[in-house]
Amino acid sequence: MKYQEWVPHLFRTEFARITAVLCNRFGIDQIEAAEDLASDTFVAALESWTYQGIPENPRAWLYAVAKNKAKNYIKRHHLFLQKIAPQLQGSDEWSDETDFDWSAENIMDSQLQMLFALCHPSIPVQSQVALSLRILCGFGIEEIANAFLTNKETINKRLLRAKEKLKSEKVSLKFPGVESINGRLGTVMITLYLLFNEGYSSESVDGVLREDLCHEAMRLTYLLIENDRCSRPVVHALYALMCFQASRFPARKNDLGEIILYDDQDHSLWDQSMIFKGMFHLHRSASGDDLSKYHLEASIAYWHTIKEDSFLKWSNILNLYDQLLNIDHSPVVALNRIYALYKLKGSQAALEEAEKLSMTKNHFYFVLLAELNHEAAPLIAKQYLLKAYNLAKTQTDKIQIEKKLSRLTNSIAVGAQHDH
Amino acid sequence: MDEFLLIMRHEDGSKIASPEQMQAWMKQTMDWISTIAAQNKFVGGTGLPMQDACVVKSNKMVTNGPFGDIKETIGGFIKVRAETMEEAVGFAMGCPVLQGEGNSVEVRKIAQDHGNS
Repeated sequence: MKYQEWVPHLFRTEFARITAVLCNRFGIDQIEAAEDLASDTFVAALESWTYQGIPENPRAWLYAVAKNKAKNYIKRHHLFLQKIAPQLQGSDEWSDETDFDWSAENIMDSQLQMLFALCHPSIPVQSQVALSLRILCGFGIEEIANAFLTNKETINKRLLRAKEKLKSEKVSLKFPGVESINGRLGTVMITLYLLFNEGYSSESVDGVLREDLCHEAMRLTYLLIENDRCSRPVVHALYALMCFQASRFPARKNDLGEIILYDDQDHSLWDQSMIFKGMFHLHRSASGDDLSKYHLEASIAYWHTIKEDSFLKWSNILNLYDQLLNIDHSPVVALNRIYALYKLKGSQAALEEAEKLSMTKNHFYFVLLAELNHEAAPLIAKQYLLKAYNLAKTQTDKIQIEKKLSRLTNSIAVGAQHDH
Repeated sequence: MDEFLLIMRHEDGSKIASPEQMQAWMKQTMDWISTIAAQNKFVGGTGLPMQDACVVKSNKMVTNGPFGDIKETIGGFIKVRAETMEEAVGFAMGCPVLQGEGNSVEVRKIAQDHGNS
C-alpha cells in the first residue's frame, strides 16, 4: 500500500473543479447532475483508495473516473443527442480528445464562468454566497450551515430555490459580453466581499472553517485578477483589502480560539508577506478615476497594518472614513469614523460627534461611548458597557464586552485604592 | 495464526458526506489500516460501492438494494491476521467507522481448510 502526502482539501478543491467542468459542458440546467457526478467520483475514490492506496496521480484518476461517469450519464439520459451532438459538428463519436477538457486553463475558465452565472442579479445575494460555497468551493451543506450559523434545511432550501432560479431564468454560462460586464462584475464582487466577511467575522465556532472561507474568497477574487477582461483596478482594490485583513489571521486568536481585538494583538505575528501582497495590489488599484468603497476600505486596512499610532495614520484613516461615508452610509462606518476622530483629536471631540448619532439599539455604539468615557468618567463608561452587554446578540460580542467590563472594574478598584 | 474478516456496517449508507468529510474519513481509515499493516497483519480489503447494489430474495425476487428493508449496509471489509479473536477485536476497536452512531464492525474468523493444514 502506498502512502503519499495528503494534499489538504484535495477532495473539496477537485469537487469544485469537476463540477464546473462538467456543468460547463452540460449547461446550467444540469447543475445538479454535475454535482452528483462529482460526488460519485469521490465515493469511488473512497472505495478504492482507502484500501489500495492513493494512485500516483490522484487528479488524473479523479478526472478519468468523472469522465466515465459523465459519459454513462449522457448515455442514460440521451443528453448526447439533444445537447452535445450538435456542438460536435458532424463528428458523432466521442473521442478522448474531444470530450472533457481538464486542462488548468479550462478549469479556470469554467470556474470563472460559473462564478458569473451563480452571481446572477436574479438571485438573492445570500443565496449567491451559499451557492458559491457549494459549487465553487466544494463545501457540504452542513459546513455551509455551520458558517452561516443556521441549519441544514435552511441552506438546502436556499440552494434549491437558487438553482431553480438559474434554470428558470436560463442563466447562461457564457462569459458576459462587453456591455454587461461592468454591472455583472459588481455583483460578483459584492458576493466575494460577503464571502470573505462571512469568514472574517463569522460566529461559527469552527475557526479553521472561517479562515477557509476567507481563503476561498481570495482564490475566487484572484480568478478575476488573472482574467484580462475582469482584471480591473477595483478588483485589485478588493484583493488588497482581503490581503491586509488576512495578514492578521495568525494574531487574531488566542489558544482558546477566542478573538483577540486589534489593540491587543501581537503585531510580530502579522503576516508580512500578505501585507506586501496587499500593497502590491493596492498599488495596481490606483489607476483610472473610479474610487470605489473597496479602494477606500483597502486604504483604511493598509493604515491598520501599521501598529504605531501617529498623526499621519489617524488623519489618513479619518479622511478615508469621511469619503467612505459618502458612498456607504452604514452604522459601522459611522462608528469607525468616530473612533478615528477620537484617536486623532481626543475623546471630547469624538463624544460631541457620537452624541449626534444616538444609535441606542446598537451595542457597538455603547462600546464606543464606553471607550470615549473610560478615562474621564469610568463609572459612566461602566454603565455604557452594561447597556452594550444587554444589547449584544452573539456570544463572541458578549465575551469581548465582559472582558472590557472586568478590566474597567479592576481599574476603578485600583483608582479607589489610590484615593485612600 | 488465523485470518479474520472485519466487516464495516453503516446504519445509514445513503448519507451524503461532504468532500472534506470524505477526505477526512479516508485518511482516518488509511491510518487505521496502516497501524495493522505495520505489524504485518493486514491481508487486504475492499470497499463495496452502494451504487447498483441488488438483493435477491428467497422467492427469487430481485430488489434494488441494499437499502430499504435492510437497515444496515456493509461499506467494506478488511482481512487481517491475528493470533486470537481478542487480537482481531482489538484491531476492530480502532476502526473509524465506529465514530458514527449505530455503525458497527463485525469480526469473523475465516474457516481454515483443515484437510490441507
